[in-house]
Amino acid sequence: MNELAPTTPNAKIANAKIAPATGWRGTVADWSSDQRAFRTVSWGKAMMWVFLLSDTFVFSCFLIAYMTARMSTTVPWPMPSEVFALEVSGHHFPLLLIAIMTFVLISSSGTMAMAVNFGYRRDRRKTAALMLATALLGAAFVGMQAFEWTKLISEGVRPWGNPWGAEQFGASFFMITGFHGTHVTIGVIFLLIIARKVWRGDFDGGRRGFFTSRKGNYEIVEITGLYWHFVDLVWVFIFALFYLW
Amino acid sequence: MTDVTHGTLEPLSAGGIDDVELYHPKSWITKYVFSQDAKVIAIQYALTALAIGLVALVLSWLMRMQIAFPGLLSFIDAERYYQFITMHGMIMVIYLLTALFLGGFGNYLIPLMLGARDMVFPYVNMLSFWIYFLAVLVLAGGFFVPGGPTGAGWTLYPPQAILANTPGQQWGIIVLLVSLMLFIIGFTMGGLNYVVTVLQGRCRGMTLMRMPLTIWGIFTATIMALLAFPALFVGAVMMLLDRLIGTSFFMPAIVAMGEQLGHKGGSPILFQHLFWFFGHPEVYIVALPAFGIVSDLISTHARKNIFGYRMMVWALVAIGALSFVVWAHHMYVSGMHPSFGFFFATTTLIIAIPTAIKVYNWVLTLWRGDIHFTPPMLFALGFIVTFVNGGLTGLFLGNVVVDVPLSDTMFVVAHFHMVMGVAPILVVFGAIYHWYPKITGRMLDDALARLHFWVTFLGAYLIFFPMHYIGLMGVPRRYHEMGEMAFVPPSTATLNAFITIVALIVGAAQLVFVFNLAWSLRKGRPAGGNPWRATTLEWQTPQTPPAHGNWGQTLPVVYRWAYDYSVPGAAQDFLPQNQPPDPGTA
Ligand code: HEM
Ligand SMILES: [Cu+2]
Repeated sequence: MNELAPTTPNAKIANAKIAPATGWRGTVADWSSDQRAFRTVSWGKAMMWVFLLSDTFVFSCFLIAYMTARMSTTVPWPMPSEVFALEVSGHHFPLLLIAIMTFVLISSSGTMAMAVNFGYRRDRRKTAALMLATALLGAAFVGMQAFEWTKLISEGVRPWGNPWGAEQFGASFFMITGFHGTHVTIGVIFLLIIARKVWRGDFDGGRRGFFTSRKGNYEIVEITGLYWHFVDLVWVFIFALFYLW
Repeated sequence: MTDVTHGTLEPLSAGGIDDVELYHPKSWITKYVFSQDAKVIAIQYALTALAIGLVALVLSWLMRMQIAFPGLLSFIDAERYYQFITMHGMIMVIYLLTALFLGGFGNYLIPLMLGARDMVFPYVNMLSFWIYFLAVLVLAGGFFVPGGPTGAGWTLYPPQAILANTPGQQWGIIVLLVSLMLFIIGFTMGGLNYVVTVLQGRCRGMTLMRMPLTIWGIFTATIMALLAFPALFVGAVMMLLDRLIGTSFFMPAIVAMGEQLGHKGGSPILFQHLFWFFGHPEVYIVALPAFGIVSDLISTHARKNIFGYRMMVWALVAIGALSFVVWAHHMYVSGMHPSFGFFFATTTLIIAIPTAIKVYNWVLTLWRGDIHFTPPMLFALGFIVTFVNGGLTGLFLGNVVVDVPLSDTMFVVAHFHMVMGVAPILVVFGAIYHWYPKITGRMLDDALARLHFWVTFLGAYLIFFPMHYIGLMGVPRRYHEMGEMAFVPPSTATLNAFITIVALIVGAAQLVFVFNLAWSLRKGRPAGGNPWRATTLEWQTPQTPPAHGNWGQTLPVVYRWAYDYSVPGAAQDFLPQNQPPDPGTA
């Protein structure tokens, strides 16, 4: 049995000198070919895509449920731009914190994309550093979220009620941002683990993973990136549907 | 476009993709307990599912005893009865059938039928089983917590699911919701594996349109599960929050026992939408693998190619897609907007078209086939009849005006037991009789198998056929005791006693099956590699039972579709998928 790790099809396909068709013809050719429905996609990446599809349904259900609650409640819904306003040196800024959080998270998508790029150039140090930066931005996001939670809780917002209106406001807020925050936290942990592996040179030396005894490679950086971009994208929807509505 | 299903084409890819590296277990524990081999995981899934399924079977006996002879078993009070109903329904649908078809048959058959060595991520696959196992333990734990398991009905409708005075309100409902969430997480890990293995892990020559229909069924069902379970997950999270920290997602303002509860403004209907957005696809998550398996059983045991392979594939996909837009046919009496009823009745009836195509194609496959009445064939035939039966009553129930009076009667219970209880279970049995020789290397005893079939098949009809009538007479479902109700004629009581006696016999007859499984493991006739002379790859493995890695040194190469039976001029009456084209036979 040969020693190639299963997650490196790209190189192998390049070796096989198949000129891939493009556009619709390419899609049809891919789907009617043997072995793989997506010629250039590795197992790991395919799995992440399918997982994200499933996770999209989870977030959609959360958001649709929240919108249903918001539309059907007979009690007024608290004004997000007021609730999420900050007083900075006497000035009143609606949605200030959320704007910063969003900015931070979107920036982290940028550093992540750069990490992926350097990963494919096998630039160990830059990749690890950029992943670390991404993780720090992610952690900063979670930190600001914690601050926001604390602020709301101190103002009397609870999952079962709040001073300004419909109970479902607090419930949806804590549930949805909590669930998204958990995703970000998991992403940060993964980023740190992978960054450490990259830094240590695991993917250059073909070191075997702990549980599976399979060899990893730099593609895992891109797969982590997929997850990270997804989490960012979901935030954009939460931002639009929860805060801007 | 050339027809790729029938030709004996060369493998398509010029270069081919290299063989994968396998994980090799180092100790007994990693080989049989924390195993990463899909075949072992499959057996673990199947045995766990059957074990918890046995609990559900016993619960059904107890319920039947109470329905037929109220008060005879004095420990079945109203609370217990509701707990039994709930656990029976939940276990049968999710922990038995879903786990068995996807975790059990999926794990065993996907790598073997596709010529792969294993699932793409064996480690994740192993985690999937152990999380499922944990979910089952937590579920079973519900029987031992104070107050017992929840009695909210398997649909878990709020508000009653979390109101005081519903049995299991203290702990049972929490335990069940946690167990469901675990199940979904575990299933997702396995499901991702199944999907990616089918999409990206096939052997050379195995195109999607050469896959056996079993794989198509499991594949479509898995995708559906990955998209439908999220709704249940979200529903479970929200209900858990309602129950534990007093949010009001599903709880409207309620006065209970003269007291105003803390909740207000929630929507119980929202839960019903979430639940049935999962619940209806769930019916097909159980049915589609059964459809696929039956197609293969029929083709193999009637020695005839499947009729309309492409149509069968597209029908599976169409049913899968349509089943996401019919969910509210379970909610005609929920108080939702009446015009929704019109929409959902229409979509529901449209699903009958691809389903009917499948039934016609099965029958046309049998038409003038060389039918061998082997146990798998008997069960497959039993499935077709039963499924048509349940499908027809489904057409009635799909119409709003018919459903409204029948809703929540025994007619509904009879309908769904026919279509998603008995029919898939018959396929489970047929499939076990079919693949047991590959799994163990020995045949199951034929006479016992036939006995098992006839008792189960006829028994199921004796149980559920009269139940339709009882339902038409107006007997409601989920009633602990009927008491004196003028509109229910006394004859239903006699009929109920009859049903219960048959149910006890049928249940006991399953011991024949269990005995057969155990006995044949050692004493059964050696099966050889391919006892049914089948074409699909799992019958062409170098060893039986297949060893770790399935294929020895070299992976198989596929040259044809899975249904070359009774080929004119061929040396045998079938051509395995991996048999190269031979100038003499083509
Ligand atoms: C041994 C054969 C079986 C018997 C005798 C049986 C009997 C029953 C009975 C008596 C009820 C309660 C009816 C009521 O009062 O509302 C019930 C409910 C139910 N059964 Fe079965 N059952 C059997 C197999 C199955 C199977 C294989 C499934 C798998 C789909 C299943 C799924 C359900 C469901 C979903 C419910 C509804 C539970 C609820 O109302 O919450 N049953 N069954
Ligand atoms: Cu349905």
